[in-house]
Amino acid sequence: MYKVQKEIEITPTSVILNGQPIATTETGDKMLVELYRRYAGDYPKFFKMDTLCRLGFIAAEIVLREPDCQQPTAVIMANRSASIKNDTDYLATISEGNYYPSPALFVYTLPNIVTGEIAIRHHLQGETSFYILESPKQLEQLVNCQLSIVNYPLPTVLAGWCECSKPDEFYVKMRIIYGTTD
Amino acid sequence: MIYCVGHSIISPLGEGTEANIEAVKAGRSGLKHYTERFADVEPFCASLFDTPQEFVPLCIKSVKMAMDNSSINNDQTVFILSTAKGDHLDLYTPAQQIAASFGNRNQPIVVSNACTSGVSAQITAMRLLQSGMYQHAVVVGCDLQSRFIVSGFQAFKALSNEPCTPFDPNRKGLNLGEAAATIIYSRQQNGQQPYWTLKAGSIHNDANHISAPSRTGEGAYLCLKDVLNGVQPEEIALIGVHGTGTLYNDDMERIALQRAGLADIPMSILKPYFGHTMGAAGVLETIICAEMAFRSTLSNGKTRIIKILSGFGGVNAAIRIER
Repeated sequence: MYKVQKEIEITPTSVILNGQPIATTETGDKMLVELYRRYAGDYPKFFKMDTLCRLGFIAAEIVLREPDCQQPTAVIMANRSASIKNDTDYLATISEGNYYPSPALFVYTLPNIVTGEIAIRHHLQGETSFYILESPKQLEQLVNCQLSIVNYPLPTVLAGWCECSKPDEFYVKMRIIYGTTD
Repeated sequence: MIYCVGHSIISPLGEGTEANIEAVKAGRSGLKHYTERFADVEPFCASLFDTPQEFVPLCIKSVKMAMDNSSINNDQTVFILSTAKGDHLDLYTPAQQIAASFGNRNQPIVVSNACTSGVSAQITAMRLLQSGMYQHAVVVGCDLQSRFIVSGFQAFKALSNEPCTPFDPNRKGLNLGEAAATIIYSRQQNGQQPYWTLKAGSIHNDANHISAPSRTGEGAYLCLKDVLNGVQPEEIALIGVHGTGTLYNDDMERIALQRAGLADIPMSILKPYFGHTMGAAGVLETIICAEMAFRSTLSNGKTRIIKILSGFGGVNAAIRIER
């Protein structure tokens, strides 16, 4: 059987960790920087990331720092709009009459980069997968399906719905789900 | 274990799996030089359809061809789309349109795991079928090239403007490609004669760099180790490698294969024929590798192959296919 061990939810105006709100002074993109300074602070690569990656990175940072948090064997994330915000930013660098494509932006035009950023930060060499789905419920079904067919070793999944389609508009809900013989 | 009950490939080399296999056997390549296809980008070499295609109709056509040989019940079928950039950057709507065009009402799944998506999608299909959630999965991989993609890869200095030469000491980079490919998997044989079975799959991250492969082939090695799972390296007839023709990818794969004891197994490298077809690559290359290996006398009666891919985000994915 499987249990949710930890859960974090971040919106542009709120942070809720295991059901308890965390106070912040900023909102939107600035709040992500505030959270970075409070919970990480030693990882300047954060400032190279697009918002989708910052969002997933921060959520993972907070949840995985929780005492007794299990080390994930898989990172499975999803959203509905892929990397559309960063795709739009990249498009601006190749607009007609202003063609100067940025490799630094192009690399973030894939949504699974966020799973890679989390894997690097936390040295996770297990599975990383990113799906584009209709809803968070569909992600839950996929994760449950994956957990239901593995008997040993019991997996621990960092599962996250991580969405950012416009500046200052985002939503992440990330959970640690682990298998138990209880 | 799940059963492949149908497949198809549509590429600049031809329509249908057979046409594409014949083209590869004859040594034909879809790679050509382009100077004016997309505004502003530097001249490049790629495998593109002569007539620009539309994403959704192309996928539907590919699925129809694959379905010709199989009979599957729609209610118990899930559509899984593997793509990097979808239909003009939209990934989910085209998946819904493809499923809807077959009257399928189940929510489709899009796998967006960079260049490993086509193999990741097959692993996702295996899980969904093994768990009993569905009886059949239609895995369709497709990408069409655009100014967006070509400009980005050029900015990355990853493209060769000559036909790519994977694993050559003087290799200069990759070529992009366009294709749609479909594999239909079923949980049971249902009296059908399956083409092959998907036995094992594994996904691992290098946890090293978002745009460069691990120098020690970390994730790829872990994938290979997982899919071997008790099978001896000498029992593998063929390994379909990623073989993009970039300096770092091919080096990384060589190291991973050596670490897994697979350095002496024949490799299949298809990028010089099709280019790097991104979301389609894992599906297309699995079909060609499996069909060519299982039909060839060169396999010496061996009935197992491995297909592996790696991509941005440090992700690697491998599957083991058996006749």
